[in-house]
Amino acid sequence: MISTETDILRAAEDWSHSGRQVAIATVVETWGSAPRPVGSHLVIDGEGNFLGSVSGGCVEGAVVAEAAEVIADGKARMLEFGVADETAWQVGLSCGGRIKVYVEKVN
Amino acid sequence: MELSLLAALNAERQARRAAILVTEIASGAQRLVKPEAIAADPLGELLERQLRTGKSGMVEVEGSSYFLTVQAPHPRVVVTGAVHISQAMAPMARALDLDLVIIDPRTAFATPERFPDTALLAEWPEEVIGRIGLDGYTAFVALTHDPKIDDPGLTAALRSNCFYIGALGSRKTHARRLERLAEAGFDAAATARIHAPIGLDIGAVSPAEIALAILAEIVSTLRGPRRQPG
Repeated sequence: MISTETDILRAAEDWSHSGRQVAIATVVETWGSAPRPVGSHLVIDGEGNFLGSVSGGCVEGAVVAEAAEVIADGKARMLEFGVADETAWQVGLSCGGRIKVYVEKVN
Repeated sequence: MELSLLAALNAERQARRAAILVTEIASGAQRLVKPEAIAADPLGELLERQLRTGKSGMVEVEGSSYFLTVQAPHPRVVVTGAVHISQAMAPMARALDLDLVIIDPRTAFATPERFPDTALLAEWPEEVIGRIGLDGYTAFVALTHDPKIDDPGLTAALRSNCFYIGALGSRKTHARRLERLAEAGFDAAATARIHAPIGLDIGAVSPAEIALAILAEIVSTLRGPRRQPG
């Protein structure tokens, strides 16, 4: 079972070694009752497969979509999700918290 | 992130060594800082502080944001003695997310039936401790009352930088233990690292209560300094 951050970063390395395009998303800041702590990772490949979580399911879809862009152009991005955000109505955190997620490509 | 950097980060974790990945958010520049290199790093003091908390986090320095991915080894408790107290300790350690390793060469004690789902080594401490290694993220606990088993474990723990060392036994038992350790060349400052009587003073009586007192003392040492009262 993949349950720890440990296994997720190991998976990112394994995926990358096996020739898959990989992006790593990391929760870098949280405010309020964010579901996953700072340092949590989501690892995404070029096909949209992913492991881990940054929010317990609320915003993973959006992060995976953004990761495809990061993999395509190689530029890291900072994403923000939360009730104060314009996009909150589409992909917000139902708990009312806010999170910042850094998404980078593995080269 | 460069794949080589990710591989280095994973390798440090695999070897139970602490490391911090520093990411400058604006530029995306990254570097891996090992504990021995913290003092010489431009963010040295901040890295030191962050490593002590064991948690990743964002820091601001002179208008630049950095994310610090802190990778501290998983805390682990190594116990000599497959006894009643360690039986009670096993599920508690699991709930606390502490890795537990129990060492006892007495095969009648060290049985999987008595310790389901627990890392159990039915060997002499001097044979196994070199192999598993004691480090700054390890707590060592001696529970057998038998110097033949406990003393080699304590000796190894005192030579390591274990964050916690505890030994079960009455004051009289401990006084005799200190005499033996003194003969083995450990001075009072060294043996003062041993928590004895072991565990927080909660008036523990049953094996489960003693296990609770010991684990509470370990957590308090790991997460301290303690909150000041009032």
